Amino acid sequence: MTKTTILDVQVADGADDKYRLKMGPQHPATHGVLRVDLELDGETIDKCDPQVGYLHRGFEKLAEHRTYAQNIVLTDRLDYISAMANNVGYCVAVEKLLAIEVPPRAQFIRVMVCEMARISSHLLWLATHALDIGAMTVFLYCFREREVLLELFAELCGSRLTNTYTRLGGVRQDVTHSIMLKLQRFVDEFPGHIAEYETLIDTNRIWLKRTIGIGQISADKAVDLCLTGPSLRGSGVAYDIRQHIPYAAYNQMDFEVPVGETGDTYARYRCRMEEFRQSNTILRQCIERMPPGPILGKDAPDLIMPAKPGRKLEFDAVAGNALIKLIDNRDLYMAGDVYVATEVPKGELGFYFISDGMGRPYRMHIRSPSFLHIGALATIGQGVMIADLIAIIGTLDVVLGECDR
Amino acid sequence: MEPIRIAAQLEEKFPDSILGIMEHRGQVTTSVARTPIVEIIQFLKTEHQMNHLNCLCGVDNLHRTAHVGERFEVIYQLYSIENRILLRLKAQVPEAEPAIDSICGLWTGANWLERETYDLFGIIFNNHPNLKRILTPDDWQGHPLRKDYALKGDQEWSGFEQLKEKAAQLKQFEF
Repeated sequence: MTKTTILDVQVADGADDKYRLKMGPQHPATHGVLRVDLELDGETIDKCDPQVGYLHRGFEKLAEHRTYAQNIVLTDRLDYISAMANNVGYCVAVEKLLAIEVPPRAQFIRVMVCEMARISSHLLWLATHALDIGAMTVFLYCFREREVLLELFAELCGSRLTNTYTRLGGVRQDVTHSIMLKLQRFVDEFPGHIAEYETLIDTNRIWLKRTIGIGQISADKAVDLCLTGPSLRGSGVAYDIRQHIPYAAYNQMDFEVPVGETGDTYARYRCRMEEFRQSNTILRQCIERMPPGPILGKDAPDLIMPAKPGRKLEFDAVAGNALIKLIDNRDLYMAGDVYVATEVPKGELGFYFISDGMGRPYRMHIRSPSFLHIGALATIGQGVMIADLIAIIGTLDVVLGECDR
Repeated sequence: MEPIRIAAQLEEKFPDSILGIMEHRGQVTTSVARTPIVEIIQFLKTEHQMNHLNCLCGVDNLHRTAHVGERFEVIYQLYSIENRILLRLKAQVPEAEPAIDSICGLWTGANWLERETYDLFGIIFNNHPNLKRILTPDDWQGHPLRKDYALKGDQEWSGFEQLKEKAAQLKQFEF
């Protein structure tokens, strides 16, 4: 029997009852440009094959041709929902590679913006995840709070999403009194808002039916699939880099790592809801204990500030005096390699650097959590219903900018 | 146990395969031969609870100054969640035969990481269940992260013409 094809797509013809469906890349529930090739038996998924690469921009190749400072802008475009956390992750890694010291105030500001990014990212996750499952109201409520944080980011660095806020050896601008006041108000109000979201969905019968027991991953399986972040902790593995290998000022913060038990969609949802509360406590500690002092280390390279004493500025003769040369090819960095991971809202964002002693990285590898989470989808999505696949994509919290790099 | 001592233990266990132990900024790297890579990682995973695969990536050493070893390297970054220890393995892969055994049997998650390394470096992973390109299209020419692959070029992707034909074909359905 010949296969029936419409526009090169095979359709079910009786001989082979598998229906092949390409879900995405424009499907709104795939959170970007993810395409999942499905083989369906009725509504049950027999084979799930995620296809990525639509957003591949070659950051790793690009980074080899740019200086360390110039690469910070690339990291904004990884996980564009929590660009701050990526900035911090990148800078922490480069600082470890080049042994640059960061003053305590900058460390605290970094923790502060990281947690603001975590809350903002989780808010977007909750909003879209609930929307995918069918709870529209949560979406609107979450965006209301997210707006406050984005406005704070704009006040802090002039940009809402692509922040490029951190610098090697510190941060770009100091936090003002007005930002601290607004953040204080947010921190005071936010626990009430979390309770509000929970009233909406926590015991909602539809929500429970769509999440409990769906996409269940055991602890061993989650480690085997290289899951990280709340997706791993929902399965009961307490692996949080903020506590395991503390960076910035996390070793001075007092917080707990929420861990789930069952490893299903509901457990991961609960994990992230608890993380809201923990992030809120960290923010409160940051506000209370923010130390005074400089925000940029004295040996910060690449960034050339006119106010910096003892440093000659290089001016570009062609472009006139306006353009300050950022490229710095001094052979003073030690050759070697490091792998530094940070806990971004999605999971473990790792940077593997090889320095050849030049002002540019010889090799930069980005270990992005979303890439591995989508890879795990092939295993988790097997044998579930299509509607549940939507819930699973939502609960793994993937961002395609980070996955495809 | 400290990572440097684990590396020393590895050297005892696999005397012929450990090519060197380096330390940089407190992180230990062990350079290993490519043949027993699965056994070495299996040993670390069972004996030292290195149960988390942080990252797996390739490196092209073509333009590296003062480099001893083969042109390609595959980096395995391992972490023990229980003992909180990082250890890095660096497997040497020669240019003449860029192939190494797959560790998909140890971590299902390594599947995509190895596909990515194959896609961007052209390193072949033996016994990989589904070794095909992942980030670039299936008919892409060359391996972008190799150092002899230019950053900029004027060639068009070969599938572009097909895409235009397809668009013309779809026009009759008034999409």
